[in-house]
Amino acid sequence: MEAVLDTARENRTGLAGVFVSVVQRDLLLAVRRRADVLTSFFFFIIVVSLFPLGVGPEPNTLREIAPGVVWVAALLASMLALHRLLAGDYADGTLEQLVLSAQPLTLLVLGKILAHWLVTGIPLVLIAPLLGLQFGLPGDALAVMTLGLLLGTPVLSMLGAIGAALTLGVRGAGGLVALLVLPLYIPVLIFGAGAVSAAMSGQSVEGHMSLLAAFLLFSVVVAPWATAAAIRIAME
Amino acid sequence: MLQGVDLACVRGQRRLFGNLNFSVPPGEALWVSGPNGSGKTSLLRMLCTLLAPEAGEVRWRGEAVRELGEAYRAELAYLGHAAAVKDDLSGLENLRFALAQDGLRVPEAALADALGRFGLAEREDLPARVLSQGQRRRVSLARLLFCSERPLWILDEPLTALDVQAIDLVRTLIAAHLGRGCVVVLTSHQEVDLSGVKVQNLRLAG
Repeated sequence: MEAVLDTARENRTGLAGVFVSVVQRDLLLAVRRRADVLTSFFFFIIVVSLFPLGVGPEPNTLREIAPGVVWVAALLASMLALHRLLAGDYADGTLEQLVLSAQPLTLLVLGKILAHWLVTGIPLVLIAPLLGLQFGLPGDALAVMTLGLLLGTPVLSMLGAIGAALTLGVRGAGGLVALLVLPLYIPVLIFGAGAVSAAMSGQSVEGHMSLLAAFLLFSVVVAPWATAAAIRIAME
Repeated sequence: MLQGVDLACVRGQRRLFGNLNFSVPPGEALWVSGPNGSGKTSLLRMLCTLLAPEAGEVRWRGEAVRELGEAYRAELAYLGHAAAVKDDLSGLENLRFALAQDGLRVPEAALADALGRFGLAEREDLPARVLSQGQRRRVSLARLLFCSERPLWILDEPLTALDVQAIDLVRTLIAAHLGRGCVVVLTSHQEVDLSGVKVQNLRLAG
């Protein structure tokens, strides 16, 4: 046994090692629980696909509503996945252990959010151009929409994490998260959908994209910290 | 080494305990006992900073743990009421990630060996979902084998759901840890029989 402990001692990892293990663990859990991940992905596809059926085949109308529809669906789909982010860890005691880690909780939370985004955000970004074709979006608008989602979906995951942490241990947390988080999503929705509309009317999208990038940077700094604070409160 | 000074705990409207004082020197165990709902778990959560005391403070080596922060958490191993075992991961994976969070990268063989010592040989690859209550407990306890460098163990009901053999193993681990001049705090409904070591009993009235 002593020999074992010696090898463990030699293989001490710092913050980077702990961060990577948090990401790996959540990715592995997502692989084991594929159904959960696929639910929000297919929700996104179905919601977006319902609109052309409901609104009718008029190409101009479809092109006009496309940015809004795709972005609203992305908002809802990413919200649908939030309950998985912290609630399970809270229930089985893993979150306690995370709080008690000697590494800063803020960064470990960032790791959890990253894993969550890789699993729920990236698939939306990848499938979005295909869904945009249903609405007859031109190529450059599709590119702008995809880039916008690439910048915007991590913001959704981070803001969502704050909501998920604030509702830990609360009964009926699902509905409450929606009320807390959806208003915070509004700026991302406005500039994300706005960028696509701007691209279609031939205007520059630089302003919209810069703002989305600014949201991203701001939320990287603030959201993990706020989430960590909310988790600590939930532990009491 | 570990000290509680005038600790008070209020949960909801109820005052669970107040003016609680104790001091645990190196090499001694603190056995917290008392009826259900008397605040044992709350006290343990207080000791590891998960819960802020209503009044008073916890001191480690003479310093308030709130101020020590991460330095204190690096010296602490806490096994909570919930086993912190993920249903969808195998015993091996659970142990590996638990240790990774402690900043330890342990070779697969050593993990399997540790689980084997806790009677989970050949079950280490099963998802924790199919394990029994006692076996899940064993998975989380196996972490202690690698925590000998953490001088403070706080164990909430470590013996629950364990059979005689496993209880013996936990006792041996605790005794060895105390032998290193470390501190163990535990709750248990059973009388803890740790032969040859000093045990303080802290009884919460409820």
